[in-house]
Amino acid sequence: MFTVSGIKLSGLAVSVPKQKVSNHDYPFATVKEKELFIKTTGIENRRIAPEGLTASDLCFEAAEKLLHEMNCDKSEIGVLLFITQTPDWIIPPTAIRLQHRLGLPKTCIALDINLGCSGYVYGLSVMSSLLKTTGAKRGLLLVGDVSSSVVSEKDKSTSPIFSDAGSATVLEVCGDENKIHFSLHNDGEGYNAIIIPDGGMKSKFTPASVEFQKISDGIERNKTHLIMNGVDVFNFSLREVATDAKQLLTFCGKETKDVDYIVFHQANLLMNEAIRKKLALDPEKVPYSLKDFGNTSSASIPTTLVTQLRYRLTNEKLSLLLSGFGVGLSWGTAILETDKMTCLPLIEI
Amino acid sequence: MQLEDFIKIFEAELADIAPGTIKPDTVFKLLDAWNSMQALILIAMIDSEYGVTLTAENLHDCLTVSDLFSVVQSKKAVLNS
Repeated sequence: MFTVSGIKLSGLAVSVPKQKVSNHDYPFATVKEKELFIKTTGIENRRIAPEGLTASDLCFEAAEKLLHEMNCDKSEIGVLLFITQTPDWIIPPTAIRLQHRLGLPKTCIALDINLGCSGYVYGLSVMSSLLKTTGAKRGLLLVGDVSSSVVSEKDKSTSPIFSDAGSATVLEVCGDENKIHFSLHNDGEGYNAIIIPDGGMKSKFTPASVEFQKISDGIERNKTHLIMNGVDVFNFSLREVATDAKQLLTFCGKETKDVDYIVFHQANLLMNEAIRKKLALDPEKVPYSLKDFGNTSSASIPTTLVTQLRYRLTNEKLSLLLSGFGVGLSWGTAILETDKMTCLPLIEI
Repeated sequence: MQLEDFIKIFEAELADIAPGTIKPDTVFKLLDAWNSMQALILIAMIDSEYGVTLTAENLHDCLTVSDLFSVVQSKKAVLNS
């Protein structure tokens, strides 16, 4: 656990595809299965990117509108991070392409980071540390995924869960009284709990990679699709997330009552509610965006902030605990304060 | 912790199951209502009620509701020891 002083979040924007899909219309499950799924996961509607609209496009739109609204001098942006598991290419890094598209200076450090549901918290940490060491005034954190492009539509264990979104967050240097506390963890033993088997160097793409296999009733996919071991991910989240939040609160001398909102990665309602109850949190302190935006992977925390807390983020000083957890396995918690930050209405593309 | 209470909670969490349907020797994986979603619901319920976590292996190895109860009991005993 550690603290970074003198960095604050000053702007936030999220963009989602216009195309809405209802889980009531999911064609590969029975009506009963769909009803149980929606009740249990809390996911009724999702946003799906059309072919060709990528995570970088969603983040680009969010960034352009946010920088314009903030009247931000692009020459002051010294760091650009793009956190995604759905980059435009394996090579080159998408962040560098974004640096050019956004008109950021060539001196701007641009990095891709491959993380999923913990990505926003990790991104805040890496960005804060880089701003402290490079002397840059501002950093642009772009976090998003088009997970719909890597799940099999015929896999009822993944397809009705994931939704697409991209976010842009501006962090900037400020007085040392502003502190962000972090706790970051990983456990590579669970590397295959969420995995796309083929396409990397360990198991290269071959014609067989795209041959569909029936795994069980309602689950058909090929080896370029995402596989999720639901029980392993569920147990990992039950075991680690609440504990990490408690430990970071203790580290910075706070209790849950000192925090205005606890914003979890939007995994699914069953899991998130189990974690909420472990922390004995009032429901009104724990906002959800699951119903209409599903699990947007790395973008789920910013999506929840924008869709559920925009008014208060824009008009008040807030103390937030952010918690991301998932693929890796990887999990992280951040405790920070915002003060009347720029927070744009949800952008639809 | 009692087996009767465990069965009541188990029944309450399963969709479309009439009270009294589940017996100690019920092979839960053969129930019409059983599916992967119910497995997660059961894990959440047991975590919340008993403070122990069932693994995928536990679920795989257990045949009956009574088997499940024994696993929960033994895990709880380890926690309390």
